[in-house]
Amino acid sequence: MEGFLNQLPIGLSIGAVLLLIALGLTFTFGQMGVINMAHGEFIMAGAYTAFLLQDWAGRSAVLVALPVAFVVAGLMGLLLERSVVRFFYGRPLDTLLLTWGVSLVLQQLARDLFGAPNVQVLSPEWLQGAVGPLPYNRLFIMVLAVGSVVAIWAYMNRSAQGRRMQAVMQNRQLAATSGINTGRVDQRTFFIGSGLAGIAGVGLTLIGPVGPTLGTYYIVDAFLVVVAGGLGQLRGAVIAAVALGLLNSYAEFWTNASLAKVIVFAVIIAFLQFRPQGLFVLRSRALT
Amino acid sequence: MTAVLEKKPVQVAPKEPRRWKGAALFAAVAVVALVVMPLVLEPFRLGLLAKYLCYAIVALGIGLAWGQGGMLTLGQGVFFGLGGYAMGMYLKLNDAGGDLPDFMVWSGVEQLPALWAPFRNPVLALAMVVLVPLVVAALLGTLVFRQRVRGAYFAILTQALAAAMVILLVGQQGLTGGTNGLTNFFDFFGNDISAESTQRGLYLTVAIVLGVLYLAAWQLVRSRFGRLLLAVRDGEDRVRFLGYNPATVKTITFTISAVMAGIAGALFVPVVGIISPALLGVVPSLELVVAVAVGGRFALAGAVLGAVVMGYAKTYFSEELPDAWLYLQGALFILVMTLAPKGIVGVAGALRDRFRKEAAA
Repeated sequence: MEGFLNQLPIGLSIGAVLLLIALGLTFTFGQMGVINMAHGEFIMAGAYTAFLLQDWAGRSAVLVALPVAFVVAGLMGLLLERSVVRFFYGRPLDTLLLTWGVSLVLQQLARDLFGAPNVQVLSPEWLQGAVGPLPYNRLFIMVLAVGSVVAIWAYMNRSAQGRRMQAVMQNRQLAATSGINTGRVDQRTFFIGSGLAGIAGVGLTLIGPVGPTLGTYYIVDAFLVVVAGGLGQLRGAVIAAVALGLLNSYAEFWTNASLAKVIVFAVIIAFLQFRPQGLFVLRSRALT
Repeated sequence: MTAVLEKKPVQVAPKEPRRWKGAALFAAVAVVALVVMPLVLEPFRLGLLAKYLCYAIVALGIGLAWGQGGMLTLGQGVFFGLGGYAMGMYLKLNDAGGDLPDFMVWSGVEQLPALWAPFRNPVLALAMVVLVPLVVAALLGTLVFRQRVRGAYFAILTQALAAAMVILLVGQQGLTGGTNGLTNFFDFFGNDISAESTQRGLYLTVAIVLGVLYLAAWQLVRSRFGRLLLAVRDGEDRVRFLGYNPATVKTITFTISAVMAGIAGALFVPVVGIISPALLGVVPSLELVVAVAVGGRFALAGAVLGAVVMGYAKTYFSEELPDAWLYLQGALFILVMTLAPKGIVGVAGALRDRFRKEAAA
C-alpha cells in the first residue's frame, strides 16, 4: 500500500509534464495540422535556459527561468513557423519529417554549445521537503501544469485572441472569410504552444539532469496524449495526460520498466477501438 | 473529333519504349550489382554495400506503404528487429550447440527460455522471420485501420511501438541480450560466417532477394490492387463509397511492407554480425523513412536508391566529418522536404523533361 501511495506523485507529476508538452502539440496539430517533432527540443531549450540562469540567479533560477524559458522556447517556435513550417500547411506528414530534421540540428547545436554530458540544475532549497509521500518538487510541477491549464483555458474562452484561435481551429476558411487574420492566429498558437514546452523543460530540471536529448524521452509519449485526448482538445489533453502518466508509473510499479511501455501501447490501441479519434472530438461536417 | 483522334497515338506511343527502358535499366543495375560490384569492391566495402541493400529492402517496403499507400510508418525498425532477432536467436543456439548462448550464462539464466526453444530448428527459425512480422503487422493494421485511424495518428502509433520495442528489448537482458543485443556469431548454415566467401555469398543473396522483392512490389503496384492502393491514398472515403474496404487494402500493404522489413532484418544479422536495440529504435526507423523521401517516395526505385545513397552518405560523413554529420543530415531533410518533395527521382524526372523540351525546341 505504501508503494502504491509513493507511486501516485510520480505518476501525477509525469502526467503534468506530459500535459505541458502535449498542450502545445495538440493545438499546433489540431489547428494547423503540423506534427512538430522539434517540440521536444523546445523542452530542452527551456531546461538549458534554467541551467544558464543558474549562474546569475543561483538556486532560485527555476522561478526566474519560467517566464524566460516561455519566451525563449516560444520565439524558437515562432522562428520555426515563420522560416519553414508555414510552407507546409496541409501536409502534416511532411511537417513531421521536416521538423525531425530541425530537431536533429537543434540537438547537435545543444551538444556543441553545452557539451554532450548531462548538466544539473540545483533546485531551490524551499523545494527540498515533502508533504507525506508528495515531494515539493513534484508538487511544484503539478502546480505549474494546473496554472498553465487555467491560463490556457482563460485565454481560449475569455480573450478575443483565444476565441479567434478556437474559430480557426473549428473552421479555418470560415474564420478567414469572417475577417480573422488566420496567419497571425497561427503564429500566436505556435508561440504559446512552444512556450509551454519551455516551461515543461524548466519543470523537468527539478526531477532530473538536463542533456541534449532530453526532449526525445518525452515527445513520443506526449504525442500519444494528443492521440488519446483528441486533436486540439484541452479537456482531452488533461485527462489523457494524467491517465497516461499514472498508467506509466503504475505499469512500471506492478510489472517492470521494460514492460510498462508495451502495456501503455496496448492500452492505447485498445482505447482507440472505442474512441478512434480520441476522448473528445471536434464536431464537424467535414468528411475527413 | 479529329483533334482527339490525332492526339491519341501521340499519348500512347512514348509509353511502350519507356517500359522497355525500365526493364533495361533494371537489368543493367542487376548486372552491376551481381557481377561488377563483387569484382571491383574489396570485401569490407562489399559488406557495407550488402548492409545498405538490406536497408534498401526495408525502404522498398516503406515506399510501398508510404509512397503508394500513404501510410507513413515510423516503426519499420520493429519488424526489421523481429526478423533480425529471429535469425540471431537461431544463430546463437546453433553456435552454442546444446548449451546456453553465452550472454544468457553471463546474466545468470540457467534454463533455455521457452520463447527460444522453437529457434533451435533452422526451418522454423526462417519461418518465424516471415511469420512474426506478418502476424504483428496484420494484427496492428487490422485494429488500427478498421477504426479508420489514419494519417498522422498512424504515424504516431507506429513510432510509439518502435519506442516500446526498444525499451522491452533492453529491459529483458537475460532473454534478448539487453543493450548489446545478439552478436558474436561464428557459424552460418555450416559456413564460417566471417569468411570472405560466405560474406560474398551473403552479398549476392541480399542483392537477389532485393531484386526479387522489387519485381514483386513493382508487379503489385501495376496490378489492380496497386491501383486500388493509390486510390486509397488519394481518396480513402471515395474508395469506401465505391464499395471497397480501404482497411483491408491498407492492412495487406502494411503487412507486406512489414514482412519485407523482417526479411531484411534476417539478412542483416549474418551480414553485419549483430542485431541490437540501437539498430531498430525510433531514430533508425525515421532515418529510413527520410532516406525514402530523399530518393523519391512515389517511385519504388527512389526508395531503393535513397537507402543506398543515404547509407553511403552516412558512412562517408561520419568517417570524415563526424561532428558535422547531424547538421548535414538535418539540413538535407529540410532542403529535400522544402525544395524537392519528390526526391532524387523527382529532380531527375524534372531535369529530363526540361532537357527533352529544349531538345524539341
